[in-house]
Amino acid sequence: MEMLIAWILRTVSFGTIILFGAMGEIITEKSGNLNLGVPGIMYLGGFAGFAVAYLYEFSSPQYIPFVGMVLAVVCAFLAAMLGGLIYSFITITLRANQNVTGLALSIFGQGVANFFGAFLLNGKTVTQTAVHHVFQAKIPFLSGLGVPGQILFSYGFMVYGAIALAFFLQHLLNRTRVGLNLRAVGENAATADAAGVNVTRYKYMATCLGAGISGLGGLFYVLDYNNGIWATTDQIEALGWLAVALVIFATWKPRNAIWGSYLFGMLYWLYQYLLPLLGITVSSYATDLIQMVPYVVTIVVLIITSLRKKQEDQPPQNLGIAYFREER
Amino acid sequence: MTDYAIELRHITKTFGSVVANRDVSMFVRKGEILSLLGENGSGKTTLMNMIAGIYYPDSGEILVDGTAAEIRSPRDAMRLKIGMVHQHFKLINVFTAAENIALVMEHKGKYSLKSVKARAREICDQYGFDLDLDQKVYEMSVSQKQTLEIVKVLFEGADLLILDEPTAVLTPQETERLFNVMRAMRNNGKSIIIITHKLHEVLEISDRVVVLRKGEYVGDVLTRDATTAVLTEMMVGQKVSLNIGRSDPRELHIRLAVRHLSVLNAENVKVLDDVSFDAFGGEILGIAGISGNGQKELLEAIAGLQRGAEGSSVIYYPDDDRDSTAEQLLGKPPAAIRKMGVHLSFVPEDRLGMGLVGSMGMADNMMLKSYKEGHSLLVQRNAPRKLAREIKESLGVITPSIQTPVSRLSGGNVQKVLVGREIAAAPTVLMTAYAVRGLDIHTSYTIYRLLEEQKRQGVAVIYVGEDLDVLIELCDRILVLCGGKMNGILNARKTTKEQVGLLMTKLADKEGKDR
Repeated sequence: MEMLIAWILRTVSFGTIILFGAMGEIITEKSGNLNLGVPGIMYLGGFAGFAVAYLYEFSSPQYIPFVGMVLAVVCAFLAAMLGGLIYSFITITLRANQNVTGLALSIFGQGVANFFGAFLLNGKTVTQTAVHHVFQAKIPFLSGLGVPGQILFSYGFMVYGAIALAFFLQHLLNRTRVGLNLRAVGENAATADAAGVNVTRYKYMATCLGAGISGLGGLFYVLDYNNGIWATTDQIEALGWLAVALVIFATWKPRNAIWGSYLFGMLYWLYQYLLPLLGITVSSYATDLIQMVPYVVTIVVLIITSLRKKQEDQPPQNLGIAYFREER
Repeated sequence: MTDYAIELRHITKTFGSVVANRDVSMFVRKGEILSLLGENGSGKTTLMNMIAGIYYPDSGEILVDGTAAEIRSPRDAMRLKIGMVHQHFKLINVFTAAENIALVMEHKGKYSLKSVKARAREICDQYGFDLDLDQKVYEMSVSQKQTLEIVKVLFEGADLLILDEPTAVLTPQETERLFNVMRAMRNNGKSIIIITHKLHEVLEISDRVVVLRKGEYVGDVLTRDATTAVLTEMMVGQKVSLNIGRSDPRELHIRLAVRHLSVLNAENVKVLDDVSFDAFGGEILGIAGISGNGQKELLEAIAGLQRGAEGSSVIYYPDDDRDSTAEQLLGKPPAAIRKMGVHLSFVPEDRLGMGLVGSMGMADNMMLKSYKEGHSLLVQRNAPRKLAREIKESLGVITPSIQTPVSRLSGGNVQKVLVGREIAAAPTVLMTAYAVRGLDIHTSYTIYRLLEEQKRQGVAVIYVGEDLDVLIELCDRILVLCGGKMNGILNARKTTKEQVGLLMTKLADKEGKDR
């Protein structure tokens, strides 16, 4: 039982990281921009959030944890948006190839984070900020209600924030004019343009805000999931790619991303919890294979959706294509 | 107060060195259906695009309701109550009809799909449109999509509707329904411009006809005073002498015997219907017709790129008049047909779309069609390089080097490369479509001379063209296609533009009824 609860707890927090990443990418892709820079953006967000909280904690005489938390969230969002802005400028204004730009951004983000991270680490291999206590604060009272309390109410605020955000984005995309216009831009930019939608503005806004949301995934990873520890780690990168896979798995719908992210989390940690539960022991190299399952599931989903040929489950039609008004 | 819904004064529009419209002045009355008639490339769509805000005129002015108007974007046009239904629909496939309508709504006020639907339903009821507002666009037929486009335009409150060749994609029944709707809209006080080149439709639906030719305004005529003959003459104009220098054909040898050739498209509609003719070495056979009447399918079926329907036959005679070596081409793969000496160079509207790779140089593009001749493991670059150099010299292709990507070449030079490559392969049958599309007069003549030269060498040349003057002066015989059917073969030396024009727009009477 305890093992099962631990599995669920791990699943939900793990899922939240990629849920943020995927939601941001969904918004970005809905505008027709295929931003493969999600891992880099999550690095930017995670590092900026950590760095600001860390510097504030160790430089301010009156340290208020709550302020540290707000600073971290705001800065993570802004730093990630900056990554999105770079991507937007290169692909929308300069019309460079989106895939190449995205991959470059991935490497760039990781490089920036690790480079500046070296100054904070100052020779150590890990360093920690206390702000994670605010991020990890459980819901008082409710979390004490036995097993349901543990499973449902013992997470940090960002877990609930992510779910709320997913529902909000779902509503935004399908029930508002902004969402209608955004989808139109991603589906067929020329048509949207003819209808008077400012294509460039929508692409910029969606890509930058989307990057900001993705960046929150990095922030959550460092300050909640990883207990506020910054170390030279490669794990964010793996999570970033998982987020991109989740976008496909969720067929570009934020609501599907919620349960998709938890399913991915469950599968990802399957080796550590389910196998012992069943009394199976496997050698360590097999665990990597088992962690691959989310990707396999994504491929299966891809196969199924392309077989079903349901247009609603397909990527936005103009995904990956730069738009410019033909002057002839 | 004026009774003109819109008036154009001295509109000129050029694209680079090509003049699309020159000094066009015309008007549309309120509550009038006006047909804008002209051949392909006569500037009809360009002119209308300037009213709809897609293009902006180089000079001249547009008056809407008597006051000068600046129309710089579709949005401006919408504000002036002008709406255009383009030939290529501007719809979002995964959206429902209602969502597509909502997209173009004024971008303010509360967003409510429900009220959009209610208003759209009113419009549908008023004019008798049959439209399911909850249907997704990708599930719609072409005619339903067109209906949606019209409802969209009406939803924006347009008083002037421009329909760009609306009947091109419709069945006769759907066309009839569209015309009824158009009449209902006119009776409601709306003005309508319909772009078309189908004469019988012009006579059926419109009140007045404006004719354009080669970008210029020819004149207008009230439909009740118009006849097919009058309109055709206005459309094709006086004969212009070109002095291409056509030689008389000598030593004709049969090369192709096409019999009962039909081609079905993806929807199982006959796009080419029972075409039979012979092509001879030593002559140029012209193929006339308004584009999209089966020319492309005809050439592609011969070249093996399209499948001929049952009962079709294309016999190829490689040796002079000898039956023993004759072969059936249908059913053979394109590469085999090419190898036998039947070559096709098709110049599509975007020129680079077919046959050339834009990012590759001339030499590499030559190799595209010859790499199979190499026998070693590595590709042989010398022969294509030599060929590219030869074509560059002999045709005067202007390019910094034969390695320069062809996409950086001007249109005329790209076409020289395309046609030159086919000629260099020494074909016995050379088919070219739209070889001079978009070329200036000088380069066009280079191409004509090339084709004439091929003819003198005994090649059977099949030339699909748009310009009737050229067809009449370049070709020996002209086959006219209309609606995928063969409408006669004319002796180019004896025929007139009017005769060709008539055959292009109207099926011969043996079919019983006009189409």
